[in-house]
Amino acid sequence: MLRTEEMLLNVGPQHPSTHGVFRLVLKIDGETIVEAKPVIGYLHRGTEKLAEDLQYTQIIPYTDRMDYVSAMTNNYVICHAVETMMDIQVPERAEYLRVIAMELGRVASHLVWFGTFLLDLGATSPLLYAFRERESIINLLNELSGARLTFNYMRVGGVKWDAPEGWVDKVREFVPYMREQLKGYHSLVTGNEIFTNRVIGVGTYTKEDALNYSLSGANLRCTGVKWDLRKDEPYSIYDRFDFDVPVRETGDAWARYHVRLDEIEESLKILEQACEQFPAEGAILAKVPKIIKAPKGEAFVRIESPRGEIGCYIASDGKKEPYRLKFRRPSFYNLQILPKLLEGETISNLISILGAVDIILGEVDG
Amino acid sequence: MSGEKDLDQLKKEAAAKAKAAALAKMKAKEQGEAQEESQSEDLDIAKQKAAAAAKAKAAALAKMKAKEQADAQEEGVPEDLDAAKQKAAAAAKAKAAALAKMKAKEQADAKEEGVPEDLDAAKQKAAAAAKAKAAALAKMKAKEQADAKEEGAPEDLDAAKQKAAAAAKAKAAAAAKAKAAALAKQAGGAGDDEKAKAIAAAKAKAAAAAKAKAAANAGGGAGDDAKAKAIAAAKAKAAAAAAAKAKAGGGSAKADPVEEKPSPNQPYLDKYMKVIEEHLGKDLIEDSYINRLSKDVPTIIAKPESYFKMAEFLKYNEQLGFDYLSELHGSDFETHMEVYVHLYSFKNSQSVALKVKLDRDEPVIDSLEPLWAGANWPECEAYDLLGIKFTNHPNLHRIMLGEDWVGHPLRKDYEPYDVEV
Repeated sequence: MLRTEEMLLNVGPQHPSTHGVFRLVLKIDGETIVEAKPVIGYLHRGTEKLAEDLQYTQIIPYTDRMDYVSAMTNNYVICHAVETMMDIQVPERAEYLRVIAMELGRVASHLVWFGTFLLDLGATSPLLYAFRERESIINLLNELSGARLTFNYMRVGGVKWDAPEGWVDKVREFVPYMREQLKGYHSLVTGNEIFTNRVIGVGTYTKEDALNYSLSGANLRCTGVKWDLRKDEPYSIYDRFDFDVPVRETGDAWARYHVRLDEIEESLKILEQACEQFPAEGAILAKVPKIIKAPKGEAFVRIESPRGEIGCYIASDGKKEPYRLKFRRPSFYNLQILPKLLEGETISNLISILGAVDIILGEVDG
Repeated sequence: MSGEKDLDQLKKEAAAKAKAAALAKMKAKEQGEAQEESQSEDLDIAKQKAAAAAKAKAAALAKMKAKEQADAQEEGVPEDLDAAKQKAAAAAKAKAAALAKMKAKEQADAKEEGVPEDLDAAKQKAAAAAKAKAAALAKMKAKEQADAKEEGAPEDLDAAKQKAAAAAKAKAAAAAKAKAAALAKQAGGAGDDEKAKAIAAAKAKAAAAAKAKAAANAGGGAGDDAKAKAIAAAKAKAAAAAAAKAKAGGGSAKADPVEEKPSPNQPYLDKYMKVIEEHLGKDLIEDSYINRLSKDVPTIIAKPESYFKMAEFLKYNEQLGFDYLSELHGSDFETHMEVYVHLYSFKNSQSVALKVKLDRDEPVIDSLEPLWAGANWPECEAYDLLGIKFTNHPNLHRIMLGEDWVGHPLRKDYEPYDVEV
């Protein structure tokens, strides 16, 4: 056997497969990773500090830039936190618009993950397909909110814009189209032997590990924990829809891949039902004071984002700005398990393991 | 030229102190790196660190004074000072500036006329705290009086009569509105219920206030007029609010605890408290309550010394089984630091919020990393942004800002450090 020497290998912060500005300092022995040290914070913008000088409505655009692949759920979590504190009832039509927007966002987010994950593994064409479908979602959300990615769509008490004429029908038409495309993805990727060789049994962890590391979302459900806040702590109007929570038992990258693709299907189910039940008319914004002041006290709410459990903690002293604002960012928590997963792995598995976690650096760094 | 002499002397003193502080800090750090696990050694380090911090503070104060005396004279740090000194001095400066700013803010908040600047920090702080306390007390008293809702204060017969009439009218109006709301609710969905109620309550309040005003205007003499008006309006408002509240049930989160329906999570909190008291005793808990603003989450405030034990118990006790750490973060509440932990039990589908209050000047608490590996980075974040130190943490470092950052930005007295300034 060849005698090898330990050496340091730096990955990132501009490495293309780190999805942003994530840096990884590896100590390697030949092909084997001895130790992995994630270095984060390159994208830390001090949102929580800035928010202490901003009114609640002014904070919403900042949340767009946290998880910029799924901004709708971020918009929702802060509105939901303030609404919970102020005990505001959101009008029906607004709730449906929110749910449709969030589920479209979830599908788009999973599509981005699907495309980039396969790109990391060396398959370029799935990215093109995934981004084509994502483009139609972005166009829909653009029609709704006027922005492609940073929507700034939701408000405390409802949403900013009503759906334009015929928009809900467009969403309705999108659902079967997306279902058809999903079949294409499966026949293109899922059965591919090169792909399966790189994900089956790679980056495996147990249910106990997942709970210990506070993982959430697909990273938790891939170990068999059937846990989805939309189902288990229903918020908004999610208790009205019939959908399933996809789980897998094996806890490897393969399981996470399946959970995410299945989640797209479940989101399509929700979209279908939401379009069906969509109220023909009604208010899109509850009667809220011009200047929103959360009552004195504190609240922590959590909802299900595409990446897991996103939470918002607000401590208020009754003023129009929050006294302290904190986001529980799922990517930040999910990434913690990475050093453990990489230890003893080969470098060739590194990208597959990192990619399967599905991180957004804007969210990791806050 | 005694001023200059003083200045030089002060500068020298400050530099010497800063040096001593830096040395002490370095020593403390070295000792910390030696990784002595024993509790007494840790205590020593903490003590030394505290001493070092105190010294640095004193140095900063002295320096600030010196600077004031020097007026516009630019104050360059002597070049022969070594790097450690410079860093210490800069840090001290930043701290002093932050202190000054905080003080200024406190003064502004209390609408003070200007405490002499040469008063020392401790005095000012104490005074501000005392004032805040007094204000809070006064507020509480006022609130109590309002809540007491004594009908018929025997100060003024006219006023009392008006009050009674206004209150009755307001009550009637509120009741009617509430009834209407209830009817509307039956027609509409359950979701609209509370909103309608809230609107009804608000309307009733407004109506009652207006009526009371009208009554007071009609009846009162010139002298009594204003007083009567005010009293009547206040009473009517209170009565209307009470009536509306009674009808609305748990509609408002800030309702009086007396009239509030018990939270659906109250039995859970009672159960947790019972189990904890049975196994750990009563004196581990500082406070416990249902946080109505936060979806009725049972909240337990642990004492700092029992925080880890409590978390461990919450996780491993068979009846509780909070096996999932959902969130951990710190907050600076100016009077104290706080660590907020949100735990979830998959077995019982229940959440609990565990909080602990820390000394703001020296926030040190046990790490939860040995219990939940997921607490690792959040604790680093709390250390980085707030300066809370977690003992027994495997790798407490500045996770967001980098090790060369000066200060902890989420602290309310944070002052950005800039080498150029």
